[in-house]
Order: sequence, then structure tokens, then C-alpha cells
Amino acid sequence: MLIKNAKIVLPEGVLDGDILIQDKKIVKIAEEISVQDDTVIDATGLYAFPGLIDMHVHLREPGFEYKEDIESGSKAAVHGGFTQVCCMPNTSPIADNKAVVGYIRRRGEEVNLCKIRPIGAITKGEKGEQLADIGEMQAEGAVAISDDGVSVANTRLMRLAMEYASGFNLKCLCHCEDKSLVDGGVVNEGLNSTLTGLKGIPRAAEDIFIARDICLAQSLNVPVHICHVSTYSGVQLIRNAKASGIQVTAETCPHYYAFTDDIIRDFSTNTKVNPPIREEQDKQALLEGLKDGTIDCIVTDHAPHHENDKNVEYDLAAFGISGIETSFSFAITYLYRTGFMTLSEIAQKMSTNPAKILNLEGGELKEGGVADIMLADIDKQYTVDPDKFYSKGKNTPFAGYSLYGSVEYTIVDGQIKYQA
Amino acid sequence: MLHRKDLLGLYDLTAEEIQSILTTAAQMKDKLRSGEKNLSFLKGKTATTLFYENSTRTRVSFELAVKYLGATCINIAAGTSSVKKGETLVDTGETLDAMKNDFIIMRHPMAGAPHFLSKHVTASVINGGDGRNEHPTQALLDMCTMAEKFGKIEGLKVAILGDISNSRVAKSNLFGLRKLGAEVRMYAPQTLIPKGIEKLGAKLCKSREEAVEGADVVMGLRIQLERQQAGSFPSLDEYAHFYGVNRKIFSLAKPNALIMHPGPVNRGVELTGSLIDDQSSVILDQVLSGVAVRMAILYLITQYRNRV
Repeated sequence: MLIKNAKIVLPEGVLDGDILIQDKKIVKIAEEISVQDDTVIDATGLYAFPGLIDMHVHLREPGFEYKEDIESGSKAAVHGGFTQVCCMPNTSPIADNKAVVGYIRRRGEEVNLCKIRPIGAITKGEKGEQLADIGEMQAEGAVAISDDGVSVANTRLMRLAMEYASGFNLKCLCHCEDKSLVDGGVVNEGLNSTLTGLKGIPRAAEDIFIARDICLAQSLNVPVHICHVSTYSGVQLIRNAKASGIQVTAETCPHYYAFTDDIIRDFSTNTKVNPPIREEQDKQALLEGLKDGTIDCIVTDHAPHHENDKNVEYDLAAFGISGIETSFSFAITYLYRTGFMTLSEIAQKMSTNPAKILNLEGGELKEGGVADIMLADIDKQYTVDPDKFYSKGKNTPFAGYSLYGSVEYTIVDGQIKYQA
Repeated sequence: MLHRKDLLGLYDLTAEEIQSILTTAAQMKDKLRSGEKNLSFLKGKTATTLFYENSTRTRVSFELAVKYLGATCINIAAGTSSVKKGETLVDTGETLDAMKNDFIIMRHPMAGAPHFLSKHVTASVINGGDGRNEHPTQALLDMCTMAEKFGKIEGLKVAILGDISNSRVAKSNLFGLRKLGAEVRMYAPQTLIPKGIEKLGAKLCKSREEAVEGADVVMGLRIQLERQQAGSFPSLDEYAHFYGVNRKIFSLAKPNALIMHPGPVNRGVELTGSLIDDQSSVILDQVLSGVAVRMAILYLITQYRNRV
């Protein structure tokens, strides 16, 4: 395959040129490549990004196929420009053993769109009581461990998990939430929780566990990864930890860096997400954190739900936003077009760094590298229409928003898996 | 004049709309006092009270308001209906719609439930209290009584003491009173003051004395035992000692000040018993205002629906 006339997003900047692909690999990147090839993509006007990698999604299979399955989730992923996604283990049954992890990996291979990388549970049943079979899950393809959706409340067990997993070179991806402080809360605690009467979740509920897990990483001298950071104070904790040489990495999501909790005011349940969307100072701190490297990557926490899970009272609605098909456009609209970040920086947050954190292939366009590539028209404007999502989850609060940046081709292992 | 099909909260209403409800309510109150209870403004209409929480005075007040205006009233206590069988709120609402019901008067333990339902039904939704969010008709009846007693709301100093965090009455009063130009002072244990309430126009006070001094109205809010059990304050005795209103505190208010309470009162906790009994005429006037305000709202919404 030969991609002609692309604007190629490289770590050091954008190169006008061509990309030659053979046998799943990028063999040459140059200003002009003149060879005969059966497949030529004229990428005039398009930017070539390293295939996006989302290290935090929920694909719901097995168990919740009415919300999403690996096939619909994979279609959604390639529609969103993603060539690899890492799916959280809170399925039914929980992916806490080699059988479920192996099932998810094989289903991903059968669907054969993007690369599905399972994440195994930290504890059996995500109950926070006993360690899951961490080594065996890794042997079946688990790329990390997490009890996402809940924290491992017992600090001693969390310490053991991080220590044990480090022997397999696996990271714990920490969902940070002190349940006793959450206390039934559904939105950020602040002016808007008071205004709506919806119960608030204080920042401290998140920060306390971020601090705890940083302390554990420091005392064990092992790496740790903090999931979906939403608070300004969490950003400070992580920034300070990095400055002290602690091996901590962190992610945030588009709904945290681009929005404030003002969007909850109409009680739309599609705004209900955990952790909750917070306030202006949090949004600004997350943007600064992305810019200065405190926040390593952007994930979607893609959490598809059925309409029945959302078309109820706010307190009863499920937490989560279906976000994998809009994440790239959010980055282009709210990070690139605002002049805040370069395209190379966006590629770093959405591909390079996730690959590094989880030791995955890809993450960069380079000769000899895997041919996972996304071609996008970054000037194309469109209106978000959930009915056009490939995901079964139409639960986005951003329906009707006008965004820039359209994925035109998603290429996985040198094969076109999505074409607009 | 009202410009909406639903009454969900006072946060959404304009000052003019609130004033128009109070003016109409005053007229309804006059009619009730003169024994006119066979009005026909809502003849041929049907209202359903859909209560997911226990209530006596609010529900009965709404039911009488509906009947005095000539409409038919159906009562659903959610505990005994198909809700218990797992029916969703949307399905319940759509069912009532299909039966050609005109008003859904709703109380629900979750904030925003009436707002959510209103998006799914053609009937008018009237909020009879939603979780910790709003209780607009209670605030309007409080304001109706204040307006009658003092002539106007503008410039009044209203002190609200008690569990602000969990009080939909406090919030609706805050929104309504501020829109009509009153000062709203609040005092409560630090654990029962919601974040950012001062940004919504409340004046947070540092003591009972500061809150009550020179006030025209002193409003006590019900303290629920569950709050004490949840650890928001140590005991009802300690609450009464530091946050209750007794005669000595109340003497700091203006000489003609009113004591109000949305009821039911914990005697000796929020207010001392003798203060309540002193003010019994006002508390009963609030009950009459309640019927009048609800009649006014039903009437004005019907007028709106006839216009559009």
C-alpha cells in the first residue's frame, strides 16, 4: 500500500510526503516515493496520524451485549480512528481469569477490525478481596490490570497487587474513588450540585486515592497509572509526584478537559459520568497538565449504555459517556484549533504515550514500525449525530455539537478497516 | 401571566411570573375566604397527583385546589401502583398521557425527576417537591403569606435556619425571594450548608443572632433524624442548643416579625414550642395560602395552554 501526498504527523512536526507499507509494516516514509503498488491512497489534504490507541474503553462483552459488543465496539473504534483499544474487565463475568481474558482477545481477533487488548481485573470479581490470576491473564493477552469502576479499597491488597504485578511488568490502572466520600453522589460537588439538588461528589473522593496509590508506587518503587483524572487537585498531586521521581502516569478524557459541570443543569442523564465532570479550574488544570506532560494521555473511558439505562431519573441512570467516536474531533476542536497543542502533541497523547505506558506496538509513524495509521481531514466540520455512531451506545451529551476533524481512513496492520 | 406549560422550579421563573402567581393567589385567597369553592376555571380538566414520597398537607392542598377549580382529581400513591412492579417513570407518564390527563402533580425523592418527566409527556407537570432540588409551591405559599402580611416582598429580610443542604424549601424560597428583591440570610451547622449557596444569592451568617437581627421573617427548617444519624451533627439536643430558635433569639427580629416553618415541626428542636403556638394563626394562614397558590398555578397554566 502506498499513501501519497499526506501531511505526516511525526514527533518532530508535520512532513509532506508519502508512506509505503508492505506486510503490515511501514517500510518507507519520504517526501516522494515512486513505486508501483496495487493499492494507492491519494491522501491529498489529509493528515496521517499514528493509529490512535485508547487505553481505557468498555466493550461490555461478555455479559452486557445489549449495551455494546466487541464487534460494535470495534466498528466504533475504527470509525473514531483507533487501531488499538484496551478494554476494562468489568464485564459479566468479570475478566478476572484466563478464560474470560482469552475469550475477549479471541473475539477481537475474529472481528478483526482494531486490535483488542484486554485488561484483567486486579481482584477476583473486582471485589477487592483476593488477587485475580494476574500472570495467567497476561499469558492470555492481558496488557494491564485494573478494577476499573471501583477502587481496591483495602490498601494492603492494593499494595500487594502493585508489587505482584510489577514482577510481570504489568501496571495497575487505578480507578481512584473513596466510596465513603462519594456517599451516593452523582455529580461534582459545587455550585451546580447545589443548584440542581443532585448529590455532589467532592474532589477529595478522587484525590485521596490518587495520593494513596502514588504513595504505594513510591514506597514500592514500581510504576502506577492513574485513570481518568478529573480534578485540579489530582493534577497537582501527580505533577508533584512526577517531580519527585515517582513512576506515575495519568490519563484524562475529552469530557473533562473540554467541559464544565454547567452541562448537568438540564438534568440530562447523558452528562452523568464517573468521576463527574467538574468545574472551570479543573478543566484549566487538566489542559495545563496535558500541555506540561503531567497528564500523559487522553483516553475516552468509552462507556456505552442502552437507552433504558439512561432514560430514567438522574439518580438512577448509569454512569458513562459513549465517547470513542468523538474523541479525535474533540482534540482537534478544543486542543488543536484553539492553538493549545500541535498535531504532534495530540498524536503523542492519543497514541505514542498509551503505547509506551502499556508496552504496545505502534504509537508512532516510523520506518520499520507497524502499519497502524489513521488519515484525517482536520478541517472538515460536522455535527455530532449519535444515530450515526457505530457504537450501540448513543449516550453522548454532545449530540448536536459542531466539531472539526473527520477520520477518513483507519488502517490496521496495513489493511483498510474503515473508510469514510 | 405564566409563560410555560410546567411549573418545575422557581429558578426558571421570571420575577414577573412569580409576581403574577402571587397576585392571582391573593385573588383566589379572597374567594376562599368568602366561601367561593365552586369555581369552574378548570371545568372538564383532569389532574393526577403522583406522589413517590409521603405527604399529607401538600397532596391534600393540591387535591382541594384542583377540585375548587372544577377539575377532576385522581391520586396515585406510588407505593400502591404499578411503580412497585418496576414501571419506569416515563412509562407511567406516557400512560397518564394516553388517558388524556391534563396535569401531573408530582413529588419524587430524586432531584430533577419532574424536569425529566416533563420532557416525555404532553400533560403539564407541577413539581410538588423533587429530592433536594425545589419545592416551588411551598416557597410561593410562604411568599404569598409574606406579601399579604407586609404588602410586598421587596426589601424584606428573611432568615432561614436549619438543614439548608437537604432543603428544597430553602432553595425555592431563596430563588423566589431574591427575584422579588428580598434579602435571604441563612444559618446552619457547617455540615448542612450546600457548596456555593452564596453564589445563588444567599447571605451566609456567622451566628443565629446575625441571621435573626432585624429580620421580618424567621423560617425554621425541619431537621430530620437521619441527618443526625448520618453524622451531620452530634445530637438533636446539641442542635437545639446552638441552632434552634427560642424566644430570646427571636426577640432580635423586628417587632412584627413572622415565624414560619414548612412543617411538620420538631417542637423544641428547630423552634421552641411556645414560639410555634404564638404564631399558630400564621401557620394556618400558610395552609390557606397553599391552596390559593396551587389554584393560581393551575389557573395560570391553563390560561397559558389556552393561548398557545
